[in-house]
Order: sequence, then structure tokens, then C-alpha cells
Amino acid sequence: MALASTADTTLDFGPASALSCRECGTRYELGPIFACAECFGPLEVAYDFGSVTREEIAAGPANIWRYRKLLPVPANVETRPNLQPGWTKLVKADTLAGELGLRSLYVKDDSGNPTHSFKDRVVAIALEAARNFGFHTLSCSSTGNLAGAVGAAAARAGLDSCVFIPSDLEAAKITMASVYGGRLVAIDGTYDEVNRFCSELIGDELGEKWGFVNVNLRPYYAEGSKTLAYEIAEQLGWRIPDQIVVPVASGSQLTKIDKGFRELIRLGLVEDKPYRVFGAQAEGCSPVSGAYKAGHDVVQPVKPDTIAKSLAIGNPADGPYVLDIARRTGGAVEDVTDGQVVEAIRLLARTEGIFAETAGGVTVGVLRKLTENGLLDPEAETVVLNTGDGLKTLDAVAAEARPAAVIRPSLAAFRTAFAN
Amino acid sequence: MSVSVRIPTILRTYTGGAAEVSGEGGTLREVLQKLDADYPGIGARILDEAGKIRRFVNVYVGEEDVRFVEGLDTATPDGIQISVIPAVAGG
Repeated sequence: MALASTADTTLDFGPASALSCRECGTRYELGPIFACAECFGPLEVAYDFGSVTREEIAAGPANIWRYRKLLPVPANVETRPNLQPGWTKLVKADTLAGELGLRSLYVKDDSGNPTHSFKDRVVAIALEAARNFGFHTLSCSSTGNLAGAVGAAAARAGLDSCVFIPSDLEAAKITMASVYGGRLVAIDGTYDEVNRFCSELIGDELGEKWGFVNVNLRPYYAEGSKTLAYEIAEQLGWRIPDQIVVPVASGSQLTKIDKGFRELIRLGLVEDKPYRVFGAQAEGCSPVSGAYKAGHDVVQPVKPDTIAKSLAIGNPADGPYVLDIARRTGGAVEDVTDGQVVEAIRLLARTEGIFAETAGGVTVGVLRKLTENGLLDPEAETVVLNTGDGLKTLDAVAAEARPAAVIRPSLAAFRTAFAN
Repeated sequence: MSVSVRIPTILRTYTGGAAEVSGEGGTLREVLQKLDADYPGIGARILDEAGKIRRFVNVYVGEEDVRFVEGLDTATPDGIQISVIPAVAGG
């Protein structure tokens, strides 16, 4: 890793030209590095974009590779074995909008990805980086969804995988993380502790030739979230929505959605217009919304305690950027209780037929709260993200989602049970 | 107080490649001062111009993230391990 030159003529990252520190702007050659040696700031992919047209994109495949000219991937990425995630549905949510008093609302439903969460987008980009750097093992620290996405992507690509999770995750996420045949290691600790462990493993010979998608491949990985912005804009008819509500765990996704919108504007693919970005957290893990409300520009870490485990990151690496973006765009960061998360899962399911995981309950719950407290403009076009499938967090609603009655298979019994 | 300090890969250019070095000091602040005396320049990588821990660095004394305790004033008992780790993205 370190600063050793990674210049290699066999590297093919398409339009990506360098890594650049988001804090101080120092540039580095493309390599498996993630933190600036000057200031520890996160490194981001910088590009030399060629010409990109709407027509070209529209003629591309129905997955994220339609945007390959905007991503750090080789031109032939479509032909390589990968999960081909993305191009998930943007659902016009009129019933939910009506119930909340909003004029125009869409749900970007990313539960439709191959492993049922948005993580397939980011992992697909990290996989190409891992191949570029000649890594043999794909790894990650995960709150659950990422572990499944890494396991599946490695299996498809023929790489080994070894993923690390906190041991108290939901049963479905543990099963998904393990079923693809890689190694799953549960750590007796919080996600932040798992993360710390992986950061240390990466500097050790045990982790040699390993691509940790969200650590040493993070600059590439994070770019995958830009495709959410691209898809939303394209699906709206090449238009950026007025308002968007995004869940915040590490803050990477929200940061990259903003980057995606700005790139589309810069490339002339959409009209320049103001848009507002809102972040959503669970009250039991709300370091970013806490900092937002207190007017701080740094994030004090917390110890998470929430049913929204996929968002349970107490020490969010991109938290400061979420604060910057919410303030710059006139958005906000808000949080909801676990009870409100469950209500919101049921509300979305009842009104739109979309069964969200707890993270989706957080965004819809925050959408409702922002509407009620007047921070969201009810007349403006709004998009809310559902980043994962409710089947992964059944326990959150299982107690309340029960049969209305248990009866014998006879009309008489049915009549008796539902006489009123 | 003698402690050990784990050095992240990006700072090992200062320590001649060493992943772990020994340090001295009763508080984290003192340990970092001594570290900078032993490996000139490393302190400015961990602390900003105002002398605060940079916002993308996590420092642990033992198992504890120092932002949960006393920050730079966190006590560093004899034999404890201190880890300096860049912040990473989520999962």
C-alpha cells in the first residue's frame, strides 16, 4: 500500500485518472490506497471524462454498466463475470404521497438488486479494482448487506472471499453472508470494532493481496453509489429531483449521490438546478443528525443501539461531508425512533407494496418526520431511497405482521371469524 | 510510562517501516509528543494545525476510541497499546 508507486501500464480504470484527497487535494496514482498520507483525508477517484451522451447511455445495458464511462472500470466491464447490479425501479408512490401530503414522490427501490440491497452497486466497482490490482481475496467489514454482496460477487468472479461481521446480526444477513461459499467470520463486537480490526488486518501480512472493498478499495467502491444519482435522474427523464432523502450510515452513499448529481450537471446531461439532500438516521445511532442539530461540523462517535443494524455505524467516516452537503443544499439530517422505523416499514408496504428493511424504514420514517416538521417542501418533487429488502430484517415487523385469524378450512369458519 | 503504538501503513514511512513502536508518556498527548520527537513529522500527520486529532483519524488507547473518553488527555497506563487508524467507509 503506502506511497510506493503503483504505476502499472496494465491497470485499466477507464476514465479514472488519479486519486485525489477530498480534504487537501493531494493527488496520487491509482492504487489500493484510501487515506491521504498528508492529512488522512479520504481519497476519491478523479476523472478525465470524455464525451458522454444521453443516447449512448440509454443504448447501454439495463444495469450500472450503462454508466461505465462515468465509473472507474474498464471499457469491457460488461463482458466480465459480475452481478450486473442496478437499473432498479423508480416507483411513483402516489398513495404514500397522498397519505403524507406530498405532491410528487418516488421510491428508488434498491431491494431489486441481485443480493437485495444497494451494496451490489459498490461491490461491483470494487471487484473491478480488485482484479486490476491482482488481489485474490475479496473482503470487507460489514453490517450485513455488504457481506452478502461481497460473497456473491466473489463467487461470480471466481475470487476467494473472507468477510467480517458483528456477531449479533439478523439471521437472514448471516445466512446470506455465508451461503456463497466464502469464509464468514463473526466478531464479538460492534461494527466499529469490526472496522478497526479490518484496518489493522490490512497492514498485516495476513491480509496481503486482499481487497477490502470498503477499506483499501474504498475510493473505487464508493463511486458505485453515484449510479443511484445517475439512475434517478435518467428515470425522471434526465432531471434531478428537487429533494432526496438518503439513509446515513458511514455517509458515503449520500456523499456520492451528491457527487453524481454534480457530475451530470457538469457534463451537461441534466439542467443545472438547486436540489436539497436530506440524511436519515435511526435515533439509536444518530451521530450525524446529532451533529447537524447541534450546529457542529465534526461528528462525535456514538455506541449504536437500534434495530436498523445496517445503519449502525457509530463512527461514520463521511459524516462531516454529510453535514457539509445537507447545509450547502438547504437539506437537513433527521432521525427517528425504532418504533417509527417499524411504523414506516408498514406504511411503505401498505401504501406501495414495497417491503423495506429497517434502513428503508428509517428513510421513510424520516421523510414523514421532515414533512410533519415542515423541513421538506410538500410541493417539490421528492425521491426517497429504499436500500434493502424487508426479508432481511423480518424480526423488526414479525411480531405485528401475523395472520388475522387461524381457522379450519370451511366457509362457516371463515364467516364466523369475519362476521363483522 | 512505557506503551506501544501501532502505526498505520501510511505513516510507516516515518518509522522505517515499523508497524509498532514503543512510546512514553502518561497521557496520549505526551505519547504523541514523544513519538514526534522520535520520528520527526509524524505528529503533524495525526494532529492538525490547532493541535487537535485530525477528523479522519481514529486513535484508540487499548480498546477505547479516545473520542469517547478524554481525547488527548486520555491516560495511557504502563504497557497499554495505542492504535492510530484512518477512518474507513461503511458497510
